[in-house]
Amino acid sequence: MTDLAIEATGLTKSFGETKALAGVDLAARTGTVLGVLGPNGAGKTTAVRILATLLRADSGTARVNGFDVRTQPGKVRESIGLTGQFASVDEDLTGTQNLVMIGQLLELTKREAKARAAELLDWFNLTEAAGKVAKTYSGGMRRRLDLAASLVGRPAVIFLDEPTTGLDPAKREDMWDVVRRLTSDGSTVLLTTQYLEEADALADEIIVFDHGRVIANDTPSGLKHKIGGQRLKVRAMDLAREEDLRDILAKFAGRSPDSDGRGALTIPVDSDAVLPDVLARLSEAGIAVEEFSLHLPSLDEVFFTLTGTRSFDDVTRESEVAA
Amino acid sequence: MTAVTFDAPPARVRAQRPAQVRLLRNSLVLAKRNLIKLTRTPEQFIDVTLQPIIFLLLFYYVFGGALGGALGHGGDRHTYLEFLLPGLLGQTLAMSSISIGQNMNADIEKGVFDRFRALPIGRAVPLIGAVVADFFRYFSVCVITIGFGYILGFRIQTNALALLAAIGLAVCFALAFAWVSLWIGMKMRTPGAVQGVMMLIVMPLTFGSNAFINTSTMPGWLQAFVNVNPISHVVGAARGLLLGGPVAANVGWTFAWIAGLLVVFFPLALRAYARRA
Repeated sequence: MTDLAIEATGLTKSFGETKALAGVDLAARTGTVLGVLGPNGAGKTTAVRILATLLRADSGTARVNGFDVRTQPGKVRESIGLTGQFASVDEDLTGTQNLVMIGQLLELTKREAKARAAELLDWFNLTEAAGKVAKTYSGGMRRRLDLAASLVGRPAVIFLDEPTTGLDPAKREDMWDVVRRLTSDGSTVLLTTQYLEEADALADEIIVFDHGRVIANDTPSGLKHKIGGQRLKVRAMDLAREEDLRDILAKFAGRSPDSDGRGALTIPVDSDAVLPDVLARLSEAGIAVEEFSLHLPSLDEVFFTLTGTRSFDDVTRESEVAA
Repeated sequence: MTAVTFDAPPARVRAQRPAQVRLLRNSLVLAKRNLIKLTRTPEQFIDVTLQPIIFLLLFYYVFGGALGGALGHGGDRHTYLEFLLPGLLGQTLAMSSISIGQNMNADIEKGVFDRFRALPIGRAVPLIGAVVADFFRYFSVCVITIGFGYILGFRIQTNALALLAAIGLAVCFALAFAWVSLWIGMKMRTPGAVQGVMMLIVMPLTFGSNAFINTSTMPGWLQAFVNVNPISHVVGAARGLLLGGPVAANVGWTFAWIAGLLVVFFPLALRAYARRA
C-alpha cells in the first residue's frame, strides 16, 4: 500500500491542435490537500477529468487510491467523489432527491440513502432547503449541494474543481471550512483554483500549471518564498509625495517598487516584522498614508515571477471548455 | 452542525449484488429521475396526449369521408375510423419516441452526466433509465388514442386480452424504436437537429406504410417498401388484435423488428454515448 492517494506521471492530452496537457506529473499523499493552481486554460480541468476516469490521457499513467485509471476505472470510481465546474447536481430534483438518487446508485438501500442524505444536508446547512428544487438554490447553496453529492459514498479521494469560483468572499470562507474538515478523517483532496490565497489557505502542497505544464511544485511556504512572500501596498495621501514614498520603499525592498500608475506602490516583504519599521520611516518623513495593506501575490504576479511573462491570457478559453 | 461520520465503513463494501441485478436497480433509480423531470415540465406530455387527439380529429373529419369510401363496400367516416385507429397508434408512438433523443441531447450537456460517469455504475444505466421512464409516455399514447377513439365511435371487435396484447406489442416496439432516437440524440449537436433528423425517419416510415390507407393503389416499388416497413407490421398486428383477423405473421415480424432494432441500435447508442464525453 502506497501512501500516495493520487499519483500521475507524464500525462499528456491534446484536443485537436490544442495541447491541454504536455506531460504532467503530480502526487498527493493520503490525507492531504493538493492544490492545483493555474489560470483558465492551463489544463487543470483536463487533469482532473483524466484522474476521475472521465477522459483518457493520450499518454502517461495515473493511479488513484492505488488503482490505475486506465485499467481499473471501476475501482477508481468506487474511490472518488467529484465536484466542480462540470460535475454537478440535477437542477430539476430537490436537494434530498439528488442525494438519495446518488446513494441508491451507490448500492445503499433506500432507507440508508435517505439517512445519509439527511446527514449530509444537515452538515451542509441545507436541511431547510432539502425539499426545494436545486434550480432555486443560491450559488453558495448549489456548491454545498454539489459537494454533498460527491461525499455520499464516503470517498477516499475527493476532486474539487474550482469549488469557489463565482462565490462571494464570505461564501468562499464557508467553503474553505468545509474543505478543511474533509481531510480530518483521512480523505485526500485535490483542489483546483485560480487563487493563490485559496491554495495557501487549504493546500499542504501546491503545484502550479501553465499551458499544460507544471511550472512549480512546492509547499505553500516554499512557493511563497520563491515568489517573494507577501506584498506590501502603500499609497500616499498626498500624491505629490509619491517620489519620496518610492525612495523609502525601494530601500526596504532592495529594488524599485511596482506601481499601479495611480499612486499605489507595491514591494515584496519577507515577513510582517518589517511593517513597523516601514511605518516609522514614513512618519519620520512626514508621509501620511491612505492605504497600507499586506496581501498575497495575485495569480498574475505569481506567473510573472515564475515565468517572467504575463501573457497567459492569450490561452483561449476553448481548451478549458472543450475539456 | 453535527459532526459527520466519515469514519464509518465505506458504504460500497457491502456484499455486491450480481451485475445484472445492479444494472436493473440502477436503471430504475435513473428512470425515477427521468419521471420526476417529466412531471416538472408537463408540456412534455403534449406529444403523447394532445397530439393523438388532434390527429384523430383531423384524419376522422378531414380525410375520413373520402378515404372511408375508398376502402370499398360503401364505407364512410366510421369505416375509416376503424381502419385508422391502429394506424394512428403506430404513427403517434413513432413520433413520441422523438423526444427521448431530443431530451437526452439537451440533458447530457448538463453537469449531472459527468457525475453519473464518475460513479461505479454501468455505462448503459443512464440510457436504459431514460427508456424505462418512457414506458409511461408510450402507454399514455395507447390509452389516449384508443380512449378518444371510443368517444368518436371506435369499438374493439375482440376481447380485453387482445386489447392488452395490442397495447403491449405496440409499447414494446416503441421502446425498441426509442434506441434509434437515442442514437440520433447522441450523434447530433443540438436538440433541434435531433428532431429534424428523426422527422426525416419517422415521416416516410409512418406514411409509407399501411397505417392510413389500403396499399393496393400504391406503385409496386412502394408496396415492396410498405411490406418490410416495421410500422406496417406493428399496425397490422394491432389491427388484427383490435378488430379480429389473422395476426400471427405480423406479430412475428414485429418481434423480429424489435430484436433487430435492439441488436443494432442499443450498441450504437451506447457507443455514441461513451464517446460523447
